[in-house]
Amino acid sequence: MDFFFGLLQIIGVHTLLGLSAYVVLQTGQVTLAQAGFFSIGAYVSAMLTVLAGWHIIPALLVSASLAGIVAGIVGFPALRIKGLMLVVATIAFGEFIRLFWFNFDYQIAKEGITVGPQGGEGFKQIRFFPENGWSTLDVAIFIWVIVALVMLALWWTDRSRAGAVLRAVGEDELAAQSVGINLTAVKVGAFAAGGFIAGIGGAIYAHYTTHIEHLNFGVMLATFAIAYPILGGLRNVFGTLVAVIFIQGILVEGLRFMGDWRNLLFGALIVLAMNIQPRGLIDERSVKLVRGLFTRDTRN
Amino acid sequence: MPILELTSLTKHFGGVHAVDELDLSVEEGEIFGLIGPNGSGKSTTVNLICGVVSVTAGRVAFEGRDITGAAPHRVLAAGVARTFQNIRLFGHLTVWQNLWVAQNSVEDRRSENFAKRWFFGSGAARDAVDEQLEFAGLAGKRNELAANLAFGEQRRLELARALATKPRLLLLDEPAAGMNLEEVHALDGRLRTLQQAGMTIVLVEHVMELVMGVTDRIAVLNFGRKIAEGLPAAIQEDEAVQQAYLGGSVETAHA
Repeated sequence: MDFFFGLLQIIGVHTLLGLSAYVVLQTGQVTLAQAGFFSIGAYVSAMLTVLAGWHIIPALLVSASLAGIVAGIVGFPALRIKGLMLVVATIAFGEFIRLFWFNFDYQIAKEGITVGPQGGEGFKQIRFFPENGWSTLDVAIFIWVIVALVMLALWWTDRSRAGAVLRAVGEDELAAQSVGINLTAVKVGAFAAGGFIAGIGGAIYAHYTTHIEHLNFGVMLATFAIAYPILGGLRNVFGTLVAVIFIQGILVEGLRFMGDWRNLLFGALIVLAMNIQPRGLIDERSVKLVRGLFTRDTRN
Repeated sequence: MPILELTSLTKHFGGVHAVDELDLSVEEGEIFGLIGPNGSGKSTTVNLICGVVSVTAGRVAFEGRDITGAAPHRVLAAGVARTFQNIRLFGHLTVWQNLWVAQNSVEDRRSENFAKRWFFGSGAARDAVDEQLEFAGLAGKRNELAANLAFGEQRRLELARALATKPRLLLLDEPAAGMNLEEVHALDGRLRTLQQAGMTIVLVEHVMELVMGVTDRIAVLNFGRKIAEGLPAAIQEDEAVQQAYLGGSVETAHA
């Protein structure tokens, strides 16, 4: 059973990571810095629970806010660059954060042992969950309550004027400005919101793995972050969730029996999925299909 | 006091003088035509007023306030809205959403708090959108994606989107381009309706049936300079204008 709870945890955290990129992608900006914001959530929250002895919930909120602020600061220089240059710049920034953790050493003695981030060795013994007696099921429930809250908030935003404004900026920046949309506010706001969500994901990740190191937060993770919403489609938040389940649940875990051939098939299946559903797994057609299952009226 | 005043407005793109020492003043409530051969600087002038391209020299004043070099969204907030020569709608948003994002006027901004304005929606903003849809004759298409509209409908939606921001000055960049005669007449009527409601309009246009009929005054640009200004009838008689359109090179004659 623990295997399934473990899988649920991974899917939950990666959904948060994917949603963090989803918000930024809606404004037409491709970001590969999400792993960096994710790592800020992970390291800072772990320091708060392990070194300062905080409860996980305030630690999560504070670390995610910090990740959001840093992301907002990144959003400003990102305003001036677009397209491929932005991709390169955000990779550089993500690596900058990763290398910061690689060099970051801050340990204190606590109950006879030294704890804290230790540069390249990583940050071990993030034991808030076991110390407080949370079972794997408790942790899985905790994660999914948060995922549900974030998804609800984003789903709501999508349907609000704010969501339409994000998409308007993504479609045509010049036209958006010309109807009075403040590009700076929207783009920086999207970056900050994305950073906040990535920070939540990172905070949870640090606590269920109990051991983090800088190598966890490389370009590969950043690539996954944008792959989920792109593969799932930017139509709504469920696309990202479906893509995470597809990749983490079916491709990564489900194909384990294939051994080394798994990675080959993994790539091929993603390419296949994108060819069959070029506008994402959840697009207009699949939404119609699902709606059709639940309504008697078949005229659509 | 003129509602819009350009004082020796100048824009150089490298060595090209796209707009050169242009003086222009538009009175409140008039429909002002801005014409000239292709490449004469009409669209650049609109872009300069709206803050889309940076001003090399000179001054733009709207209602007496200096808006030279202001960011586009600030120009809009001041009360100047525009449409584009090649339609620029948000294609993957619905018709209704295209107008909803544009509900951004100053009074709207003052009347509601942040959360209500952006996240919880307000009845007033929604009603305003419905009203605009009605005026544009697009009420039946509210849930269509803008990209799926017919060409004429897209033009109407773009005009409606500009009006949704409740401007006091409207800059129309070739709104009749690609329209058939019937659609041009409908546009003519719509512009007159707007003028009666107190709107000031600057009309950049090639379609002479529209310009000569609907405008109160016209300025003619050629190579970024103003070569004539006056009543439509006088402009038609003006020799410099005829020279620019017909007597110039073969390319401009066909434009």
